[in-house]
Amino acid sequence: MTARIGVVTFPGSLDDRDTQRAIRLAGAEPVALWHKDKDLKQVDAVVLPGGFSYGDYLRAGAISRFSPVMDTVIEQAKAGLPVLGICNGFQVLTEAHLLPGAMLGNDHLHFICRDQKLRVENAETAWTGDYRAGQEIHIPLKNMDGRYVADEYTLDKLEAEGRVVFRYLDFNPNGSLRDIAGITNEAGNVVGLMPHPEHAVEPLIGTGRTDGLPFFTSILKKLVNA
Amino acid sequence: MSRTPLDTVEHAAATPDVELPWAELGLKKDEYERVVEILGRRPTGAELAMYSVMWSEHCSYKSSKVHLRQFGEKAPQSDALLVGIGENAGVVDVGQGYAVTFKVESHNHPSYVEPYQGAATGVGGIVRDIIAMGARPVAVVDPLRFGAADHPDTKRVLPGVVAGIGGYGNCLGLPNIGGEVVFDACYQGNPLVNAGAIGVMRHEDIHLAKASGAGNKVILYGARTGGDGIGGASILASETFDDAKPSKRPAVQVGDPFQEKLLIECTLEAFKEKLVVGIQDLGAAGLSCATSELASNGSGGMRVTLDDVPLRDSTLSPEEILMSESQERMCAVVEPEKVGRFLEICEKWDVIATVIGEVTDGDRLEIFWHGEKIVDVDPRTVAHDGPVYERPYARPDWQDALQADDANKLPRPETSEELKDQVLKLVASPNQASKKWITQQYDHFVQGNTVLAQPEDSGMIRVDEESGLGVAIATDGNGRYAKLDPYTGAQLALAEAYRNVATTGAKPLAVSDCLNFGSPEDPAVMWQFAEAVRGLADGCQQLGTPVTGGNVSLYNQTGEAAIHPTPVVAVLGVIDDVARRTPVAFQEEGQLIYLLGDTREEFGGSAWSQVVHDHLGGLPPAVDLERERLLAEILISASRDGMIDSAHDLSDGGLIQAVVESALLGGIGARLVVPDGLDAFTFLLSESAGRAIVAVPRSEEIRFTDMCGARGLPATRIGVVDGDTVEIQGEFSLSLEELRKAHEETIPALLA
Repeated sequence: MTARIGVVTFPGSLDDRDTQRAIRLAGAEPVALWHKDKDLKQVDAVVLPGGFSYGDYLRAGAISRFSPVMDTVIEQAKAGLPVLGICNGFQVLTEAHLLPGAMLGNDHLHFICRDQKLRVENAETAWTGDYRAGQEIHIPLKNMDGRYVADEYTLDKLEAEGRVVFRYLDFNPNGSLRDIAGITNEAGNVVGLMPHPEHAVEPLIGTGRTDGLPFFTSILKKLVNA
Repeated sequence: MSRTPLDTVEHAAATPDVELPWAELGLKKDEYERVVEILGRRPTGAELAMYSVMWSEHCSYKSSKVHLRQFGEKAPQSDALLVGIGENAGVVDVGQGYAVTFKVESHNHPSYVEPYQGAATGVGGIVRDIIAMGARPVAVVDPLRFGAADHPDTKRVLPGVVAGIGGYGNCLGLPNIGGEVVFDACYQGNPLVNAGAIGVMRHEDIHLAKASGAGNKVILYGARTGGDGIGGASILASETFDDAKPSKRPAVQVGDPFQEKLLIECTLEAFKEKLVVGIQDLGAAGLSCATSELASNGSGGMRVTLDDVPLRDSTLSPEEILMSESQERMCAVVEPEKVGRFLEICEKWDVIATVIGEVTDGDRLEIFWHGEKIVDVDPRTVAHDGPVYERPYARPDWQDALQADDANKLPRPETSEELKDQVLKLVASPNQASKKWITQQYDHFVQGNTVLAQPEDSGMIRVDEESGLGVAIATDGNGRYAKLDPYTGAQLALAEAYRNVATTGAKPLAVSDCLNFGSPEDPAVMWQFAEAVRGLADGCQQLGTPVTGGNVSLYNQTGEAAIHPTPVVAVLGVIDDVARRTPVAFQEEGQLIYLLGDTREEFGGSAWSQVVHDHLGGLPPAVDLERERLLAEILISASRDGMIDSAHDLSDGGLIQAVVESALLGGIGARLVVPDGLDAFTFLLSESAGRAIVAVPRSEEIRFTDMCGARGLPATRIGVVDGDTVEIQGEFSLSLEELRKAHEETIPALLA
């Protein structure tokens, strides 16, 4: 058997089709979900893809968070549905309060697109089981509003509970506090990160690395073995 | 321009003596008189608005048309060409049932006035041209030219342009895979912002801009129409800049990439359900262009109710609505029974769509406002029968002196130390330095099909996941070469783009161009233009790559000072399996470096002459297109058969620039030996065309050299991939660290 993983398309989503491809390459079945539709089509997990939903003209993710589909995602995520937010998806997750903190504009005020080195800090989440804690990986990063911020108390709490999942290595591309690239919720089923694992799944394409594929094999294994 | 009473067709006929502001709208007196002659009466205000924008240089090509004809007359026989010049963009067959559409356009004038929005809407416009052909846009490229890198105004224009391109293209989800950034003082008041896009479709999905079938509905969809961009094509893009005139800022449009993204998805969904008979995007000249082109390309006439156009500003006059260049709008012709479904799809994507008219069985374009007829024209006279000028042209009197000022006679470095210093200075010079600071502001990865992106020789996109079919695109142009000899300069641009595509392993198929020149009213500029077009048309004929479309940008001139003639050429290629692509970066120590082609003493227009001597004179490198074709065939065969692991074309900066780039990208150095018969200076810095370097695995050396020998291509072993320095034996050695610092720190230091 395989798992059905939904990918939400908001107006302005850009990496929805790429994410579907990554899910397919990992061996799972991608299911397209539409933002106006509350129905999650009985998927086993959901990815909120990258892009500029609603143009990000307000705060990134601030409008998408109120899409009908998000009502169901929020409800089911709280009940344990695995949810991954990539870039704009991460921004939506913070706006939806499924993850703490917020995203501000990059400190250098430019869009930045690069092959980013990361350290996997937590290999226990629903989406990181196929990595090793401490593993160093390269995942493409591309964003305008990627500076992760939270108050000191929240940051200390995230660190203490092992909820910082990825950290930028060698170079902090956006001014994120404590070099945070991705975090998870208390239960470990909701993960958000700025870099794009769906763009690192084929040896010929993009940077030519496949360091992003374990995201999708991790969740598949977890769902199939559950 | 609102007048009482309404200037209807009837009113115009009854009041022949009313003076209209034709000069303010950019028309010449004889052009206005021609409009009167065509109509048999004075035009209404609305008709005048339409003719003024459609007959502008930007839309009508009135100065360039007589020369551009050569692209058709000399077009080589090509089975690949599915749609040629004249449509929104050309379409090329790339095999396996796929077709690719691509085009390059200019957005020069607006980008100087308002860099961010000018550049952003340039991307938006070219992308809509691609959608209008029925294709999904898959990549963009941006050939850019700015004034001197250290000029204060460059720091205003460049960051704005780059942010605009990124802000718009990134938000559309289009990978930016190529282009160029060139600095030269001649572009100080006239930066060149050219934008190219590629789209992919199945053969059966090709759509054309024509309105056929009486009773079919004309649907305007996308953004509401506002007061922005009025006169963009006429008074902005078709005149030189002049300090004495008022600011042209209001003529620049404002872009909304989010709206455009919705427009792309909604249009592609409508295509998929076969709901569209004809389609046209609204770019330059807005509704005037869309309605007149759709109607004149179709079989019938068209009736439009202008009151139904959704407005951002309810006070707009009918003339303003017709001239507005508000972005993110398209016009579709749909059969009546499919209108419902078309509107549903627009609704799904939250795109405003309105039926504004219908195709008639007459032959007139009629436009109504408040129930009265304000336009009644033969649409052909607006869209296609604009004025054609045989502008006088003459070889400028300074051309001989320029060519006599031979760059080959400039003082050359006398010691190895001096040569080394000049090489270091060259790789750090703004034109040769890494453009990473710029290109990292563009998304290269989105859509997950990017095989190669800048700084590779050409950008490459996978078209089919199963078969690995891919397309490659390269854009090149060298204004310095073209200034020395526009005919040769245009051919060198073509040769370089052709070579760049072949270097990555793709077979060059077709050409698009963006011809950037000064004022056509100057006979010297007109001569440069005529020569460049002749050179390009001859070159395309010889290489068998037809021109599929493109764009002419004239009046790139401030006062008397015109830019260097700058023909930018885009070559599109196809590769059967992207797994066989060849990258620029050195891959493995021990591989042998071969120089392909002949090196002569050619320094006219070279980067060396610019960087070391601030000199422009002599003749550009000679062009041998047969050699270019042979070189391309060798590069493609070698890539297909796995004989080479990396390759880099040689162009500005010569061999040393190419070696340094391959070394820095691969993180591996090279040891080079000056070949017999050449001095180190010429070997490293000459810009002879028709050359490339390749890295050959030792196991493939014999097979590779045998192939070159059998085909008659000179191949000289010049060194080996090795170590962490670039060493020229007996001359000098530079560490990769030192080179990287020189190459990568220049642009951020100037612009960040």
